Amino acid sequence: MQRDKTALNQPAIQRSRPTELTRGEPKLELLRELVAHLRQNRTLLLEEWVARIAEAQLLTAMTEEEIFAEATLVYDSYFAALETGTFEALQAYARNLSERIIPRGVETHEVVGIVLLLRDVLARSLFAKYQTDFEKLNRILDAYEPAANRVANTVAVGFVQERERVIRQQQEAIRELSTPVLQVRERLLILPIIGVIDPMRARQLTEQLLRGIRTNRAKVVVIDITGVAAMDVTVANHLVQTVEASRLLGATVIVTGLSPEIAQTLVTIGVDLGKMNTVGDLQGGIEQAERLLGYKVVNPELGPGKAG
Amino acid sequence: MQVPILKQGGVLIATIQAALSDADLLELRTALVQQVVRYRSSGVIVDVTAMDVMDSFASRTLLEISHMIRLRGAATVIVGIQPEVAFAMVQLGLTLEDIPTALDLEEGLEYLQQKARSIN
Repeated sequence: MQRDKTALNQPAIQRSRPTELTRGEPKLELLRELVAHLRQNRTLLLEEWVARIAEAQLLTAMTEEEIFAEATLVYDSYFAALETGTFEALQAYARNLSERIIPRGVETHEVVGIVLLLRDVLARSLFAKYQTDFEKLNRILDAYEPAANRVANTVAVGFVQERERVIRQQQEAIRELSTPVLQVRERLLILPIIGVIDPMRARQLTEQLLRGIRTNRAKVVVIDITGVAAMDVTVANHLVQTVEASRLLGATVIVTGLSPEIAQTLVTIGVDLGKMNTVGDLQGGIEQAERLLGYKVVNPELGPGKAG
Repeated sequence: MQVPILKQGGVLIATIQAALSDADLLELRTALVQQVVRYRSSGVIVDVTAMDVMDSFASRTLLEISHMIRLRGAATVIVGIQPEVAFAMVQLGLTLEDIPTALDLEEGLEYLQQKARSIN
């Protein structure tokens, strides 16, 4: 690994060990020869590579045809990168490839694995071709290794970057989805919470609720935690603090849908029940909120007092 | 810096307009407690909208103002606590336990009016 890194950082020409040997043939010449070799034996090497991929049980999420088609594309952009010495096209291809295969569950080790396999396959074919001329093989490898390592690096980094981008995007989406503050009536807000609450989400929830109370001029807030199975002591404390902070803003909080586990947590941390207003379910919570706000729900057919 | 105290009907309104020193807070306490009886007010509103920090001294003084005014026969409402300030206060354990709070001046006035109505 260390060796690869130094190879990447140095210009390839400096790396050619015996300088007197490379003087006659510049590196470009060697690379051109290399590319010609790769082009000539394209089908053969491709097939061997795909066989090695299957043997190593990589890319199991894809069919054999798909692997072959992808491999052809990788192979072609591989020696295009070697030939031109520019990696932009390869980078773009790696990004594109990652975009396609990440949703299918392809792992990082698989992508790195196949690129390294291709490197090995090509190196082997170079050994076979130049086995009689050891010095030439040496020089060819000098030209080949840095370029090949850089290709492997580019593809792997491209894949990981794409993966991270997807993860970031999903986190963002979850964050936005996770805490809607809804106004159901004049001055009445509902905050339905679903899923696991971690301290970070709890903080964000509080922020949004307190801001929501201000902007909607809310007097009563119903926090519904039917969708939360359990919460730890930190988050439970945070919930109590949110209730108190809302009161400081002049809003009454009604918590509904406490599960038995959460009830137990709240009792364990010794919450002051005088401060917490709790109702069994969301419906009951909204009814109580309406009473607090002075609303009366009346079904005109049944007449007053029988509905609600 | 002195806090202006306005008389609006039966209500005294003290609007804090900048960060106050401890001495200013004590001065405000004295002024409010004196004036609430002088003007025969039934309620006091302390507007803290402009305060972006509420330390323990400030919240204890607000608590004292509220209790003293209750003993002088009137009610106190704290209005305009900023969301960030509210949460910071709660985390420090400064929950202003039994003082009524309201979103803003309008709400505070309404609260006092309602209270007066329920007494009469």
